[in-house]
Amino acid sequence: MASFMADWVYTDTVKDHFMNPRNLWKEGEDFEPDGVGEVGSLACGDQMRVGIQVENGRIKALRWLTYGCASAIASTSMMSEIAIGMTLEDAYHITPEKITDALGGLPEHKFHCSVLGDKALRAAIDDYLERNGIENKLKSSTAKVICECRGVTDQMIEDLVKNDKVRNFDELQEATGCCTACGKCRSRIMDELNEFLHIYGK
Amino acid sequence: MDRYVYLDNNGTTRMADEVVSFIHDNDALYGNASSMHSIGRQASSGIDWARGEIASLIDGDKSGVVFTSGASESNNTVFSIFRDLIDEGEKRDRIVTTTVEHPATIETVKYLKAKGYRIDLCPVDRIGRVILSEMEKLIGDDTALVSVMLGNNETGTIQPVREIAAMAHAKGAYMHTDATQAIGKIPVSVKDLDVDYLSLSGHKFYGPKGVGVLYARPGVPLAPFVHGGHQEGGMRAGTYNNQAIFGIGKAAELARTSIKEEHDRLWAMREALRKGIEERIPDVVINGSNDESLCLPGTLNVSFPRAEGESILLYLDLEGIEVSTGSACATGSLEPSYVLLASGLPVEIAHGSVRFSFGRYNTMEDVDYVLEKLPPIIERIRNMSTRKA
Repeated sequence: MASFMADWVYTDTVKDHFMNPRNLWKEGEDFEPDGVGEVGSLACGDQMRVGIQVENGRIKALRWLTYGCASAIASTSMMSEIAIGMTLEDAYHITPEKITDALGGLPEHKFHCSVLGDKALRAAIDDYLERNGIENKLKSSTAKVICECRGVTDQMIEDLVKNDKVRNFDELQEATGCCTACGKCRSRIMDELNEFLHIYGK
Repeated sequence: MDRYVYLDNNGTTRMADEVVSFIHDNDALYGNASSMHSIGRQASSGIDWARGEIASLIDGDKSGVVFTSGASESNNTVFSIFRDLIDEGEKRDRIVTTTVEHPATIETVKYLKAKGYRIDLCPVDRIGRVILSEMEKLIGDDTALVSVMLGNNETGTIQPVREIAAMAHAKGAYMHTDATQAIGKIPVSVKDLDVDYLSLSGHKFYGPKGVGVLYARPGVPLAPFVHGGHQEGGMRAGTYNNQAIFGIGKAAELARTSIKEEHDRLWAMREALRKGIEERIPDVVINGSNDESLCLPGTLNVSFPRAEGESILLYLDLEGIEVSTGSACATGSLEPSYVLLASGLPVEIAHGSVRFSFGRYNTMEDVDYVLEKLPPIIERIRNMSTRKA
């Protein structure tokens, strides 16, 4: 009988992390986090919570929970391996690309909605800094300028969306003045806005 | 893995052994049924036999059976027929269908709506069944066509097609049903249902892929939709696909002669799995109906809140159990199953939906195996989840 090989849906690394997730936050485990962050939404089908313990400016331990698909579970697990031992600054700059590369790649349509671990980690670091009254210089260091004329960054858009200040393009324009000068950034602004609306389930 | 259990029979079925050997052993296979010589006439008689088997299966007229590439083509064709009539100035210019149709209908509707055609989608209730009072409001004197599936592919919910056909005919509209999922699972009679058009696909009832039927009751609007030959009464040109047509004919014969036992066997497995899941796994939601008269016998759609469907599917796959899910992640879109959402299910519950669909080659041992493997998988995923009970 003739037969064809069946490749798995994702890479072997994804499969390994899906089957054997690292640093999972187990129920009843004695883990007191110094900072906790949560991103994602049930509307999107993916949600992550990350807890970190910090020692001498480095991530000593990390635990996570994920509601989501195989690539969401695997990417959060991979993020935990990358982040542990890093300085807060380095950890803050982990990108979705770095996680995806370490997994040996993900299908295109999985990239945006399922790789949220880096964002949950940043939220946990923000929380740690806030709890300890430390000025958060990291936040602005990762911001990307989207509208150059008005200096509107992705982070400004994220904060506005997250805190229910902005629900659509008109409100974003009202709040930031984006796209009121040259207007070239409009499609990038829309992409960022739609992604954050989606990630935060708005 | 200890066992291989295929529970995605609503997706597609394994060809029946009888169908495979029937195709394999057939010595008219290479004949061109349009040729006058002997092998051609043999092939022609095979095609004619298959057409008769389909007609018997759906209690229709042999002359109304048009072989197509499958139900997607059949559904598209019905809508095209009415689009052409509307373009030609037909006064009735509205089409009515439902929110839970198969994508072959839903996407055709979206396409036509974007072109400006008037199409209304009738809402459904919590089990995904058409709300008849709403349907009655939508069907009017300007309705050309009403199209409602017989059994839903995701939930198994059976639609009141006979009642809707009566409403359509009372207003002078034609009635189409996509019976793809129902064929081979429940008895289907175009006469009892009083439908004018019916679509079906061979691979859903143990026949080959790439072959289906558009049944058009003799006398209803029908025009050539593939030009270039006299085949299929001149409606659909192209050299007869003998292996596929012989295969679907054999599958139709099997379905017709085993429908009662098959129905009862599928329902028994479905119910054993449902009860087993409800006993062993806390907090589950059964989507669709548990009433035997309202649900296709082999379909069980269950949501596991706090667990996401693709993860469940892939962990089950690692145990040799093959199912499908309505989760967005698995569909490649951002939205979970539109069928479940149209039935009023919250988004999170739809993301955690899994469809188990039984078929001819499943046994009660398969049910036992799933009941052994599924509970720890759900527990494991829920323990990983940000959402707690």
